[in-house]
Amino acid sequence: MNVVVVGAGVAGLCCAFELTKAGASVEIIDRGASLGADSCSWFAGGMLAPWCEGESAEPLVVSLGERAIAWWKRRGVGLAQRGSLVVAQRRDEPELKRFARRTKEHEWLTENEIAELEPELEGRFSHGLLFPKEAHIDPRAALKSLKASLEGLGVFIEYGCDGFAHTDRTDHVVDCRGLAARDELADLRGVKGEMLLIRSSEFFLTRPVRLLHPRIPLYIVPRGNGLYMVGATMIESDDRTRITARSLIELLQGAYSLHPILAEAEVVETGCDVRPAFPNNLPRIRRRGNTTYVNGFYRHGFLLAPALAEWTREVVMNNAYYPEVMDEHPMQ
Amino acid sequence: MRVYSTKLRSRFLLGTALYPSPAVMLETIRESQCEVVTVSLRRESGQSRHGQDFWSLIKESGARVLPNTAGCFTAKEAINTAHMAREVFDTKWIKLEVIGENDTLQPDVFGLVEAARVLCSEGFEVFPYTTDDLVVSEKLLDAGCEVLMPWGAPIGSGQGLNNPRALRRLRAHFPNVTLVVDAGVGLPSHAARAMEMGYDAVLLNTAVARAGNPVAMGRAFAMAIESGRLAYESEPMEARNMAAPSTPVLGKALL
Repeated sequence: MNVVVVGAGVAGLCCAFELTKAGASVEIIDRGASLGADSCSWFAGGMLAPWCEGESAEPLVVSLGERAIAWWKRRGVGLAQRGSLVVAQRRDEPELKRFARRTKEHEWLTENEIAELEPELEGRFSHGLLFPKEAHIDPRAALKSLKASLEGLGVFIEYGCDGFAHTDRTDHVVDCRGLAARDELADLRGVKGEMLLIRSSEFFLTRPVRLLHPRIPLYIVPRGNGLYMVGATMIESDDRTRITARSLIELLQGAYSLHPILAEAEVVETGCDVRPAFPNNLPRIRRRGNTTYVNGFYRHGFLLAPALAEWTREVVMNNAYYPEVMDEHPMQ
Repeated sequence: MRVYSTKLRSRFLLGTALYPSPAVMLETIRESQCEVVTVSLRRESGQSRHGQDFWSLIKESGARVLPNTAGCFTAKEAINTAHMAREVFDTKWIKLEVIGENDTLQPDVFGLVEAARVLCSEGFEVFPYTTDDLVVSEKLLDAGCEVLMPWGAPIGSGQGLNNPRALRRLRAHFPNVTLVVDAGVGLPSHAARAMEMGYDAVLLNTAVARAGNPVAMGRAFAMAIESGRLAYESEPMEARNMAAPSTPVLGKALL
């Protein structure tokens, strides 16, 4: 079976990988000039934190997300499984109780226990939550490594391909274009996210830390060598062109309240893009003729892509039906 | 209930922020049968219309949109946001918020009165988010407001009605003005209490959106608000110190 995957973000690459492994002959096309140049995956946090996400996401995101950790481990993408830490400033402590009530697979930490895990945070938070099974990856490194694995299997990405090159002479098209697929999927909307990368040689963190905040789910993820990703805003907007001063202030304030030393950090990069989401913020697989749309990963790209890619493989190759994410049976 | 020239059946006004998803928000609006939803307009998305998808979803609910100026710290900002909201949502209504302090998010009543005066003169129908201060309320009415929305407690705090005496005083002083308790409500019992005092309506957001089950909590609030209103209209009994038997005690048969 010949398959063209449109879009080389995390959804497209994971689908391409699963289809190739199952014996399909896959081509990938992408509108960007290079890997990540035009995909929102490039700005992801890279937290594989299904249980934390359960605070606001539906149980489906948790159950599909649980499968992601093992999948990325098998890909050998430098995954670190050191858990994630959730803390709140004193004024927001009721938020911590709410977070604990709404999530599973965590343990309460005292001030000293926090300091044992992350010495830099000593004396800064009186309680915290540890989700020990959670993991994190560097999403850009993961995309590159997945691309290399695919090349090893003879699958290449054709860049700068606007539209649907080659799709007329293939058996099946897997459309993973994210928000760009709005021309076909009318109920798709954009949720803007803004992030920044900072570097500090004086601050050492070994696992992702979430700082609960009444408005934005603020987190800081270590990328190694003193580099940290700080994210991310959630704005009902499809503007992918700019990060606002307001968002920058909120993100930096979050980092600063985690530790004042971060005020001295170097701002390496600011970034923004738009996440594709359906009205229930859950992913969908839609099959229409010989096109399968895989979309709506919302803020859970790296968390959902593995499970959705496995399901997409079954939908494309074996006409499988997954009512959790599909509207109708492909054979009906 | 009448707000400006609009008649409403529901006395429950609901905010549209902080829901787990737009789908949950829409179901909550539907289940709570509220007719008015507040929408905060970021200047960022207002200018460029980048928030259109979300606004379309809100319009899908069929509820009337009450845009608000949340996050504005000066009268000028609030006035600009109101202008933008009128364009985007095609409505004269504006929930006017001018925030004075970052931690309590309490209204800057000076900026509020100033902005209310400008917007009323421009033909807006202004719903001012204010404190329970009586003099400020007078000034807002002088400025042209026909609705007052005093706080129950700081926004998003869920504390309930922090100063019931002041709220009662407002109700007694302005018997014919539409009064809406806005902000700080955490539980349906808080909302019921405001309605029992004779408030015309309750506006809230966080208590429903951040509940474990927003749809069910929306229904709980709708029932409490209806129940509180019914109680107010039914002339509640006066409380007394001693017991008052509800059946005669004299002449009971001795067994």
